[in-house]
This record gives sequence, C-alpha cells and structure tokens, in this order.
Amino acid sequence: MGNVSPGFRGRPRSGREKLPPGQYLVTDFPVLSAGPTPRVKTGSWELRITTETGEVHTWDWAAFQALPAEEFQVDLHCVTKWSKLRTTWRGVSLDTLLGQAQTSAEYALARSYGGYTTNLPLADLLDGQAWVAFEYDGRPLTAEHGGPARLLVPHLYLWKSAKWVQGIDLKTKDEPGFWESLGYHNYGDPWREQRYWGD
Amino acid sequence: MARAAVLGRLTWQVGKVAAVRQETGTARTITIDLPGWPGHAAGQHVDVRLTAEDGYSAQRSYSIASAPGRDRLELTVQRLEDGEVSPYLTDVLRPGYPLELRGPIGGWFVWDTDASGPVLLVAGGSGVVPLMSMIRARAEAGRRTPFRLVYSVRSPEAVLYAAELAERGRAGDGLEVSYVYTRSAPPGAQVRVGRLNPAVLAAPGWTREAAPAVFICGPTGFVEAAASLLVKAGHDAGVIKTERFGPSGGQA
Repeated sequence: MGNVSPGFRGRPRSGREKLPPGQYLVTDFPVLSAGPTPRVKTGSWELRITTETGEVHTWDWAAFQALPAEEFQVDLHCVTKWSKLRTTWRGVSLDTLLGQAQTSAEYALARSYGGYTTNLPLADLLDGQAWVAFEYDGRPLTAEHGGPARLLVPHLYLWKSAKWVQGIDLKTKDEPGFWESLGYHNYGDPWREQRYWGD
Repeated sequence: MARAAVLGRLTWQVGKVAAVRQETGTARTITIDLPGWPGHAAGQHVDVRLTAEDGYSAQRSYSIASAPGRDRLELTVQRLEDGEVSPYLTDVLRPGYPLELRGPIGGWFVWDTDASGPVLLVAGGSGVVPLMSMIRARAEAGRRTPFRLVYSVRSPEAVLYAAELAERGRAGDGLEVSYVYTRSAPPGAQVRVGRLNPAVLAAPGWTREAAPAVFICGPTGFVEAAASLLVKAGHDAGVIKTERFGPSGGQA
C-alpha cells in the first residue's frame, strides 16, 4: 500500500464481514435515484417481456401476483460504496418470468417507469440469480425503493436492479442503459470493483 | 473538456492538500493540488480513498465545490456523526498531507455552462456543494443565465458559503438566493421557520411556465419532498435531476 493517509485508522477490523473491495457496511437503507420517484399504482401496473423477435409476454398486477413467488435473502452492494447484508425480499424469479419466452438473445435491457434503463447479459438474469421483487422485509415495497416492483440482481451493483421495473427487452446486441452511458461500468461486478468505465 | 473528462478511464491519483478552510462548525473546504487533473463538469463528484498503515482502506464520494479548472479542485466535506472518512477529512487532514482520489464521476447531475435556459437549484444542507460548483462555473464563464438557489438549512450557522452567496446575489447578474430555515432563522429576519413549501419554490419567474432545469441535492427525505412539490406544481419530471444521500450514504 503506497499511499498511507497520515493519522487515518479507520473502523475496527476485528470480526468484520467480508465485503467487496471499497465497500462499507450500513444498517439503514439509503435511496439513490436520478430523478423524482415515479408513483405507479398497481391498478395500472404492467410488466412486459419482449423478445428479439417481437414476441411479448405481459402480466398485470393480479396475474403477476398469481405467479409462484419466493422469499430470499441477499446482500446488496451499491456503487456509491454502501453494502447492506442479509436483506429479505419476496419476488418472482426471472426463471419463471422468462420460462415461456422463445429466445436466443444474449442481452437484456430493463426499462422502468420514469424512463430509467439498465443493461445486462441475459445469463445474469437466469439460474436463480434475479427476481422481480415486490416485498421488502415482509412489507409491500415502497416507491422510494422501487415499488410496486423492482428488478433485483444482487450479484451486480445495485443500479442494475432497476426500480419501478416496467419491462425487459431481450436483445441480440448489447445496448448500454442509463448509467452505463454516463460513465458507469457496463457489467458492474462488485467483487471485481467494476464501478466505472475502464475498471 | 468536461465531456472528455467523463469519458476517460478513472485512475487513482495522489494530490496534495494546499489549504483547508473551515466553513461552519462541522464542515470544511479542502483545496487539493492535483497536477494533471483534467477539470470537471459542474455537479460531478470524486471518490476519495483513505489508507491506514496496515493497508486497510475506505472510500467515499464527495461533490466538487469549485468551478471547473485544471490541476486543482476543492471539496467541501460535512462531518458525519459516526462517519469513518468525513471526520478524518474535517478534523485530521492538514495542508501538505497527501490525499488519494479519482474522478470526475457522474455524467447526469451536471450543468453545462453553454446551456441557456433558467436553472433552479434546490439544496438541503450540505447538498449545496455540487450546486455551488454550478454557481461558480456560471460566474467564471461570465454567463448571465437566470439562476435561483433555494437553500434549506437548519440554522444560519449551518449555511455553507454564506458570505460568498450574499456577494454573488448582490452582483445583479441574474442569481437569486432564497433561504429556508428549518430550525432557527437569523435574528430580525422576516422569514418564518419551517420546511420547504410550494410558495418558496413558486417565486415569480420560477413557476413551471418558466420551465427551468432543476437540480435538487440533499438528504433523501428532503429530495423526495422537494421533487414531489415541484412535480405537483406542474414541473416536468423529466427536467428534474436529483442527487440523494442517505444518513450513511456517504455523499458530502
């Protein structure tokens, strides 16, 4: 370590949880979004998956709630450095949502109410790695945290877990989303500290 | 310049503290000499990394307070109770110390000095820092773009850049500054103590018809409230840019 900060000690090291590089632990749940919080009512909510051939699968809130949901506990890592461990959610696995889709696409672009987008390889949405979540800590997900439903892909930095998710487009070509176009890493693996372009 | 800075790969650089300046009882501005620093776009932030002797390191993000410029930048840091990094920056760091950082970061919450439309800045507490960079960038570029800062703060003692804002407000070049005091107002001031409200935001010339670009920065609860008020008052949600920090969100 070449650049010691004179007089800096930092927090006690003993018994520290294992965190990705550059992250620190929080117990509250900070909110970060780029604009006003969209207020989406479940009565007009719809989730839409569109394949690369234009095949569309949609669920309204009732149909979405009728899908098999699961409770899961995951760690969250935000690119702004905070990590929150063992958070409890309820949601529908993307394996379930994508089960009917006929696709050979390799990429996905999640779209949100309010216009936010984020891209990721389709493989990162499959095999029990991603959910559309609608409950946090036993309660309906609040709008600030992405309710009524948000994407949750906890093995990537949290900006990939699109709040207020409205749709997922499956694509044969990768297309950068909102933050990915503004200097943030295209993939965003916290364990490799892929925060920004070139990381 | 700023665009190129956004696009480049962000490598860690070690700067040297040139000066520190106390802004309030709990906030300090740090001037850092950083040869090769490319400049930034007003509103951007940097990541600061502190390293202890045993190799342990901690990173946090801080908004840049200075106007864009090469080789030197200023950060204003608010000390957080129980903070790990901010108390070091506000209480321990001295001129001559090294400081490691990388940036500039963020291509969204930025104001381009060439943009001509009016700009409404809404600050909660230390959320004023990136907005101050915009105000300074405007002045340095000699622009008369209509600017209005609505600055919500606990008390007069907590105001950052008070003297500079007063002076810039008096210059008569199109910058207005309004304060909202949430706990106590200056003695003798004709202002009510209270939260940000629709009347303060809807000053003459600053309603939705003026269609200002809006930048809101502050703690999460403040930003949520301010953004909701503006959306309810008819401002297009698409022109409202926000930057939030939670109690431990680390920003500023």
